[in-house]
Amino acid sequence: MDAALFYLLGALALGSSIVVIAQPNPIRSALALIVTLCCLAGIFGLLGSPFIAALQVIVYAGAIMVLFLFVLMLLNVEPERGPGRSRQLTFAAVALAVALSAQLGSVLVRGDRGAGVEGFRAPSVDMARVLFSESFLYAFEAVAVLILAALVGAVVLAKRELP
Amino acid sequence: MTPFLEELAIAAVKVGAIIGLLLGLFSFMTWAERRLLALMQFRLGPNRTGPLGLLQPVADGIKLFFKEETIPEGAHRGLFLAAPVIAVVTAFTAIAVVPYGPTLELFGRQVPLQIASLDVGLLFIFAVTSLGVYSVVLAGYASNNKFGLLGGLRSSAQMFSYELTLGMSWVGVIMLAQSFQIADIVGAQAGGFWRWNLALQPLAAFTYFAAATAEVSRTPFDLTEAEQELVAGFHTEYSSMRFALLQMAEYVNIITVAVLAVNLFLGGWHFPFPGVPASPLWFALKVAAVLFVFIWLRGTLPRLRYDQLMAFGWKVLLPLVTLNILVTAALVQAGVL
Amino acid sequence: MSPGIPVDHALLLSAALFGIGACGVFLRRNLIAIFMCIELMLNAVNLAFVAFSRAHGTLDGQVLVFFVMTVAAAEAAVGLAIVIALQRHRDSVDADSFDLLRF
Repeated sequence: MDAALFYLLGALALGSSIVVIAQPNPIRSALALIVTLCCLAGIFGLLGSPFIAALQVIVYAGAIMVLFLFVLMLLNVEPERGPGRSRQLTFAAVALAVALSAQLGSVLVRGDRGAGVEGFRAPSVDMARVLFSESFLYAFEAVAVLILAALVGAVVLAKRELP
Repeated sequence: MTPFLEELAIAAVKVGAIIGLLLGLFSFMTWAERRLLALMQFRLGPNRTGPLGLLQPVADGIKLFFKEETIPEGAHRGLFLAAPVIAVVTAFTAIAVVPYGPTLELFGRQVPLQIASLDVGLLFIFAVTSLGVYSVVLAGYASNNKFGLLGGLRSSAQMFSYELTLGMSWVGVIMLAQSFQIADIVGAQAGGFWRWNLALQPLAAFTYFAAATAEVSRTPFDLTEAEQELVAGFHTEYSSMRFALLQMAEYVNIITVAVLAVNLFLGGWHFPFPGVPASPLWFALKVAAVLFVFIWLRGTLPRLRYDQLMAFGWKVLLPLVTLNILVTAALVQAGVL
Repeated sequence: MSPGIPVDHALLLSAALFGIGACGVFLRRNLIAIFMCIELMLNAVNLAFVAFSRAHGTLDGQVLVFFVMTVAAAEAAVGLAIVIALQRHRDSVDADSFDLLRF
């Protein structure tokens, strides 16, 4: 049952990611990316991390993609038209991407597995405990400061210069 | 019957019951809102259709059903049709994981009054509510209408600004109950109204209620759908059943927010004094009270201007809720709470 | 719980998504679309981390995913602000129109 759901979500994720790269209208790309992100959230849940699945929907699909859509709508971005890349370049790009993913796939699959646990399901309170433990507390605080810096930076960059 | 089929059957019955209840409550609330607002404004409200005007929602439904459904020229068909669907789906999914009462003993088995009990219950609700923003954005964009687009952008900006405060106001409650699951949070409030989170976390209760009112676009934060502003905001171009779906999604969101308020801050299904057994009846009464407060606010407060609304959300509520998290964390660490 | 998903297949999906994202970065001309393909690659990496976390039975992979997500959010905010500033300057978000070293 789990495996069937995984294959379904995986196929949907692959299909919508191809729409993301192939669709000339960037708003439709963004919507396809939202579908991909939600499918990935489902797969995260199936892989035993409901906390990360919820965060994926909240942060990625619910906030970052809304930001993308806002920018696309406010900048009134046109679909890509006109002469695209030449066919040789497109073919080369696709071939290189296939080679890249094949290499990545073969390296990942040979990775070290350690002691796998059947029916692994991480309770979310454990996540909080690990995040605030000694090994990750510094990184957690640093990331908080990073977000503050990004917030200030984004406001400064996008602000209109007043006359 | 295999255990799996049994579980499926029980879940199907629960789903049917809850959807039926929600639809009934939605119709009743439209009637109640109009009558109560009328009473507050010293007039009568609908009293012709049926006794006390109780068939008014039926009349509204029939009217909307027979209206002509228009799709504006130049609108994105797919997105235009998808927006109400996303609104309704997210609204009903959010209310699926909320418990409505204590675990009942029916036909010799324990039946929790909750469709699905997730390990990350509150986070799931937050996630689904975040997805609800898309219905507003897409409805505004797909309408091919300047007012619709502006209304949609404003409304969705308001929604996700207050969503942050909404989520953070839950953090104090989660810290006290040490769990994301709503059933645990209600369980931690048993034993008298002095143990309710309204008494233990008053600041969080206030910020939650304010943020929730803004999140569902109720007065005083309903600028985006006030009749005098921007025509009708993101649902300008929607008519007939699609408009009815958007309205239904909005009211179900209000009910979700009220149910969460009762579960997280008002002790859920427990009676205010210890000794009386918990039951879904107390839960229903409390939800009715919270919904009455929403209608009361609509009849009483003036609405905020958009910049006042955003300033209130970011400059007042967010610091307050952060302060609440800090103080609660300090008190929990010191062992007081 | 049921046997669950073969971790290998999740890793292959992750590699495939990464390749598709890379292909998008090569082929798209719109700056924001390129950015979206980069987000797709980041998500492929997240999937690999979560799959390995499940394979090892520890939480370290998921904690790393948490950090990757947060950094991606910060990067998206700043990146889109840069795109807005660029659009204001050149009135275009086509990657080919930013080809002068000084303007």
